[in-house]
Amino acid sequence: MEILLLIVWIVILFTVVMLHVAYATYFERKIIGHMQVRLGPMRVGWHGLLQPIADGVKSFFKEDIIPENADRPTFLAAPIICLVAMMSSLAVLPFAKGWVLADIDIGLLFVFAMSSLASYGVVLAGWSSNSKYSFLGGMRSMAQVISYEISMGLSLVGVMLLAGSLNLSAIVEAQGDRFLGMYLLPQCLGFFVFFISMLAETNRVPFDLPEAETELVSGYCTEYSGMRYAIFFMAEYIGMMVMASIGTLCFLGGWHGPFPVPFFPPLWFVLKVYLFMFIFIWIRATLPRYRYDQLMDLGWKMLIPLALANIVLTACLKAILT
Amino acid sequence: MFFQLFFIYCALMIVASGLLAISLRNPVHCVLMVLVLFFHMAGLYLTLNAEFLAAVQIIVYAGAILVLYLFVLFLVNLRDELHLTAFVPSAWLGRIIAAGLALGLVATIPVFTLGEKGVWTVEAIRQATHTKALGQELYANYLLPFEIAGLILLVALIGGLVLARRNQGERVGAAGECEATACSAAHADHQEVLR
Repeated sequence: MEILLLIVWIVILFTVVMLHVAYATYFERKIIGHMQVRLGPMRVGWHGLLQPIADGVKSFFKEDIIPENADRPTFLAAPIICLVAMMSSLAVLPFAKGWVLADIDIGLLFVFAMSSLASYGVVLAGWSSNSKYSFLGGMRSMAQVISYEISMGLSLVGVMLLAGSLNLSAIVEAQGDRFLGMYLLPQCLGFFVFFISMLAETNRVPFDLPEAETELVSGYCTEYSGMRYAIFFMAEYIGMMVMASIGTLCFLGGWHGPFPVPFFPPLWFVLKVYLFMFIFIWIRATLPRYRYDQLMDLGWKMLIPLALANIVLTACLKAILT
Repeated sequence: MFFQLFFIYCALMIVASGLLAISLRNPVHCVLMVLVLFFHMAGLYLTLNAEFLAAVQIIVYAGAILVLYLFVLFLVNLRDELHLTAFVPSAWLGRIIAAGLALGLVATIPVFTLGEKGVWTVEAIRQATHTKALGQELYANYLLPFEIAGLILLVALIGGLVLARRNQGERVGAAGECEATACSAAHADHQEVLR
């Protein structure tokens, strides 16, 4: 009975997240359209509202082409590794008090583990396609993800120190429901490092070198088509949402808001996640791409030392104040 | 019951993926098999209530070190296999020696006895959470060994940097650099335990 209930919850979560992913693409195209003084999608449905569904149906019915010299099993498995890794980190995110599938003690570490697994999908896609563009994209993504994973992990250590726990619900509870309780203020250095690493970790502009159109066609997913390409796309957007949720939970006080919402407790959480998503898109519409060596310099010479300094500072302050 | 089945599944998968990792022809496939192996080892840690170790196993081994192996494989791009002269002249002699070693290992298993029970019972660990228990032990009772291990990693890191710098511009530099990154990743993780 318990297992059945759990399966129902998983199905609900899956559906809701998939709808959010579909409409996040619409959200992105509309916002970028308006920022560039265009209208964005307008044809399918009222103001293009059915566009994501049309896109989904289209990619589902497209031919799935597998290159002749590709490494077949790896080529087929790569998008699935990506999607599974991203989706499984959804299980530990608390959307509101008690609204979490698996309330485990190592929630934060689990999310890191899964996001590092997702990078395998990208790397293997690049390698198995047997094409130079894919391969370069995969290599870039790999180097980028390992470098920025370190700074991201270190930037969240401050939050772990303050909350005294790795459980995401406990981290939110530790921040309380006051505005000043949010870790955004005491951990502003950590938040700065986290935010930049988050952009790099999800391969978004200005760190979208793995799929830089002007030089690599479409990076690691150049050889993919149809549903498999769509799976990569979904994984990328779920990754954005997971990272935005981690930012919300660790720095913006999770589901707490100025006043509690009676029927839909996760409202504040969803609003904060969409604020992050908006900033993601805003940055994409404004900033140019980094050069590769600049990216590495920023990661290793700026962000990691800053994050380490933040850990030392937080630990000392905590030791003095308590 | 469930735990036993899970253990048997993990153990079988570890053995199978370990065998595949040394017998598959394509080095990238071998690395993938090692990835599967690491995952099942993390599963074993979970059955032992060591969730922090399980997560670190995946983050450090699968997320950092194995990725660097892949990196080196891609950069080196082995077109044909290396053929070394065999250490033992006949294949059958080698197999007999291997079987003998395996027998010896199996024969020593009964000698192992359970050690004394420590302060941390399963309940105590559950109450304090595994992460906290591990941190307290590591930083209170085993501080010196931990620091020594950290120092050794630091030496390896600096050594890697020195090697990479000396061969600047040459092809040999790449491997040293990767090694250095691996060490620094491991070191960073040690820092992460610092909470």
